[in-house]
Amino acid sequence: MKTRFDLGFWLVLVAIAVIAFPPILGQNAALREKTFTILLAIVMASSLNIIMGYTGYVSFGHVVFYGLGGYMGMYLVDNFAAPLPLAVLAGGIISGALAFLLGKAILRLRGAYFALVTIGINEAVRTFVSNFQPFGAATGIELQFAVYKPYGGPAQALWFVYYSVVGLAIFGVVFSYWLKKSKFGLALMTIREDEDAAEVLGIFTPDAKTWAFVFSAILPGMLGALFFFKNGNVEPSDAFRLGFSIESLVMIMLGGQGTVLGPILGALSYQQLRGALLTSDIVIGAFPLKDFQLVISGVLLLLIVLFIPSGFVGWLRQRIPQLRRVLE
Amino acid sequence: MNFFTLLTALIDGLLIGVVYGIAAMGLNLIWGVMRVINLAHGALIAMGMFTVYLLYSNFGLNPYLALLLAAVLGLLMGMLIYFVAIKRVQNAPYLSTLLATFAVNMILIGLGTAAFTTTPRDSGFSIGSLSLGPITLQGTRLVAAFVTLAVTGTLYFFLYRTIPGKHIRAVSNNRAAAELMGIPSVRVMALSFGIGAMLAAIAGALIATFFSFTVLSGDVYQQKSFIIGVLGGLGNPLGALLGGLILGVLEGLLPLAMPNTWVPVIEFGLFIFILLVKPSGLLGGKK
Repeated sequence: MKTRFDLGFWLVLVAIAVIAFPPILGQNAALREKTFTILLAIVMASSLNIIMGYTGYVSFGHVVFYGLGGYMGMYLVDNFAAPLPLAVLAGGIISGALAFLLGKAILRLRGAYFALVTIGINEAVRTFVSNFQPFGAATGIELQFAVYKPYGGPAQALWFVYYSVVGLAIFGVVFSYWLKKSKFGLALMTIREDEDAAEVLGIFTPDAKTWAFVFSAILPGMLGALFFFKNGNVEPSDAFRLGFSIESLVMIMLGGQGTVLGPILGALSYQQLRGALLTSDIVIGAFPLKDFQLVISGVLLLLIVLFIPSGFVGWLRQRIPQLRRVLE
Repeated sequence: MNFFTLLTALIDGLLIGVVYGIAAMGLNLIWGVMRVINLAHGALIAMGMFTVYLLYSNFGLNPYLALLLAAVLGLLMGMLIYFVAIKRVQNAPYLSTLLATFAVNMILIGLGTAAFTTTPRDSGFSIGSLSLGPITLQGTRLVAAFVTLAVTGTLYFFLYRTIPGKHIRAVSNNRAAAELMGIPSVRVMALSFGIGAMLAAIAGALIATFFSFTVLSGDVYQQKSFIIGVLGGLGNPLGALLGGLILGVLEGLLPLAMPNTWVPVIEFGLFIFILLVKPSGLLGGKK
């Protein structure tokens, strides 16, 4: 990469820092929990963006990597008292490996068939894990309190997990940025625009797509291991909740698919909105507003899809050409 | 396990399978005509269920009369969904239609959850059972299977013998050419989406007569519809009936051989397998 001052890159880093550092500076546990869910969403959305935004393949069941990574991590922590970094690494590896194995086979499918098969894979893995004894079958895995000891007790462990997720988020967006600017990223975007043309240009698309899928699967796997370690238990219905995949899609659409900053802003605004709706006291007629969280999210998604399909960042880039060099 | 247990399970599976098939038929019709995967199918199935349940438990209306109402409601709802959510993004990348129909799903399920919560419901409807020697079949399931076959027959008559039906097939075949022949493609597609939604609502209405359900049950049957649709070949309405029969037989027979919880593993495994090996489905030709 050229060494000139890259404003777009620093903008992305500053955005993450502004989101992640307040709880650390104030050592504020309540704020930390809130920020944790935002960072979680940022990592998930940024990863999914690699296959969806850059490459143009919509992985509807992306949560399968999150869930599988979570299960792998929990299994190691529970049975072998593995240290958290190792468990997180294992979560990333197993998700990456699954993506690699699936990659060439399912990425042959184009368009809606691909989206359908990713839903199918999530359901297949979920129903399989629900029957798989080493992973606790339908009841899942519950951690003993003692596992938090090496980190200085549960309270300190929560901070440890938080620092780790901040690390993942920074790594995630830097990687996402680097990927977009790399030659490989260019190949992915060529595939998105026209896969046949990409082949003609000499891109071996099956490999490129498979690696994009692997890259987009590793961080969710690590994230899952972190989240469920913090959570203390993991169950099939939590780990493979299709809704989480879809929420990540909504965040990407909201911020702007194929951009680096988009998933960050999308995740931030979606989580803020969701939090505000869930805790609101407003009552319309006989119904409290918080019952309508799903409806409002749905309406929001529909409006974005219909009227601003390029998302907030994409829209800004279209409207104000000067911003194109800054907003990546 | 004797022969008659096996036979009862098989027939039961077939009867339920055709009902699943009719929901998948709606999915296939929509895909065939406009290349849209309808992710709101589950919500429409749930709508059919609740129409029958509410009318029967509140007003004592016979479920099979309520079914007619559910069908009309499904038709209107489908057309509304088409004009609000699909028409504008129909030519956009397929992601748009997937997300648009999913957004509709979120809205409908969200409204349903707010209004009815997610407590399980059961219509408690029964019309007795039919015994043939050692085999006993539930009346509601028999009627449901007959209704399904009647609806399928009507659909085929409509598609092959009436002008609007021929229009649908023409647009499905080649939209541009159909438009050049003066076929109003937008209206035809709205009608197709409406009919697809109607089939989902009918399936839901029938399921409500013999299974208990919640607002969220639609999703389960939507996934079954995907499996069936892919088995029979997306876009092929008759394939959906075949796929439904296969799934029904699996659901009838597999529990005899393994714990119930393994059945969905097999089903989704089959789904992925078919998509990878022959995405055009069992009845589909070479792509």
